[in-house]
Amino acid sequence: MRSEPVVQIRGLIKQYGSKTAVDGLDLDIGQGRVTAVLGPNGAGKTTTVEICEGYRRADGGTVRVLGLDPVADAARLRTRIGVMLQSGGVYSGARAEEMLRHMAKLHAHPLDVDALIERLGLGGCGRTAYRRLSGGQQQRLALAMAVVGRPELIFLDEPTAGLDPQARHATWELVRELRADGVSTVLTTHFMDEAEELADEVAIIDAGRVIARGTPEQLCRGGAENTLRFTGRPGLDVASLLNALPDGTDAAELTPGAYRISGQVNPLLLATVTSWCAQHGVMPDGISVERHTLEDVFLELTGKELRG
Amino acid sequence: MSTGTYAPKPGAAPLGRMIAAQTAFETRMLLRNGEQLLLTVVIPSLLLVLFSTVDIIDTGTGRPVDFLAPGVLALAVMSTAFTGQAIATGFERRYGVLKRLGASPLPRWALMSAKTLSVLVTEVLQIALLTAIAFALGWSPEGDPFSVLLLLALGTAAFSGLGLLMAGTLRAEATLAAANLVFLLLLMGGGVIVPLERFPDGVESVLALLPISALSDGLRDVLQHGAALPWGSLGVLAVWAVLGLGAASRFFRWE
Repeated sequence: MRSEPVVQIRGLIKQYGSKTAVDGLDLDIGQGRVTAVLGPNGAGKTTTVEICEGYRRADGGTVRVLGLDPVADAARLRTRIGVMLQSGGVYSGARAEEMLRHMAKLHAHPLDVDALIERLGLGGCGRTAYRRLSGGQQQRLALAMAVVGRPELIFLDEPTAGLDPQARHATWELVRELRADGVSTVLTTHFMDEAEELADEVAIIDAGRVIARGTPEQLCRGGAENTLRFTGRPGLDVASLLNALPDGTDAAELTPGAYRISGQVNPLLLATVTSWCAQHGVMPDGISVERHTLEDVFLELTGKELRG
Repeated sequence: MSTGTYAPKPGAAPLGRMIAAQTAFETRMLLRNGEQLLLTVVIPSLLLVLFSTVDIIDTGTGRPVDFLAPGVLALAVMSTAFTGQAIATGFERRYGVLKRLGASPLPRWALMSAKTLSVLVTEVLQIALLTAIAFALGWSPEGDPFSVLLLLALGTAAFSGLGLLMAGTLRAEATLAAANLVFLLLLMGGGVIVPLERFPDGVESVLALLPISALSDGLRDVLQHGAALPWGSLGVLAVWAVLGLGAASRFFRWE
């Protein structure tokens, strides 16, 4: 993946009145990859994506999407990208199939509409008007509309909000197939499991800036504390165990016989714990390493207080 | 689907094909909407039949249908180009349809062209129906078709500009209420079924400057009285068209 990034953002600034929505944001998005943009409400995710889509003008910084300026080169750009808005975007009286067929007609080499309808389970929508479709059906139609024109790059704004588990998995599967065929995807989401399952790259945004960036594995490993647990006989000498462990590591007996060690859990630490147990004649039953989830990392970075 | 199905192959359809597809789609949405049909087809037809056959309003000398048919044609143009277009576009804006189409290969000017073509297609259908009803009621029109077409075209431009101005600036619910209210007021006070001479002199001269009055009286000058090119009416409509379309292009907000 050494090719040019499909999205290149440098020092992006966007203000609404006196409120700064995006505050010097830098982000590169790799070709052929799935990039998840995470962040609390109001962090600037949708604003950033909508600037990339050409809907809003930046107040500062530069944005290049597929090498183009999203505002100045809007006409050339919009034939090459696919867009799924957070909601709406469909005539309220239109049926799913006719809306999708209509979108297909605006493109030169659209996907086979019947196959796409089948693929996303939209066949059941029949003659129902868009406004009477379920939230999940509306979401899947919006996704189908984003991909029907065979774009190089798709922007999905919370693509699985309101979907049932089956529809979520169908959506994820489609995004993986798109990736396998070389389509680049940028998605915003509130679901950490979605980012862990789907994303090659994650960017966490808060207060208009990227505050963490990497693969889900890198983010879960780096920074955050991990935990090692085991059970043994009650009343082990925790102070002696602590002495054996490196600085910055904590050990405690949570309930009689249940021990927890937290810190930088790595193979060396595991070996230290097991050899201490061997020296003290302890069999560490149920020894387990708990890796932190992306959600832990996210909450650690962005705080736990509620956002507007 | 098999591997390679989604391999990128982007591109816009040819412009003509996009506009044709968008026009057909918009027209289908419009003809499917029951409230729109009430406004564009049912009300004008009912007014034409009712007031031509029942002597409720004094329409002057001559047969009522000769007075009413031009007024109802003007009403048909207003119902589609102004009321219908304002309401439909207002809700398309509200539900992000205009926004979503803004990210499609269809340029904005092409979307607006398709909307205009869709209005014209609807007007052709309305005029065919209303003309047939009028003939069945014994209508005998005068005048030259060119003047009629010119009046209808300028009337459409004037009403489209005002309708889009409303749709692009007000909330969808406000547009819905205001467009219906304006429809009703102009139906009563725009020379459609009630001759403007029935109003007091001062009021009449103000009402005569409304686009609906200019269109209905202009059509009446030609179709009832056989006049060629009614310049006064054409001038009023042209001013409204320039003001309405100018303000709409200046103030229209897509989101």
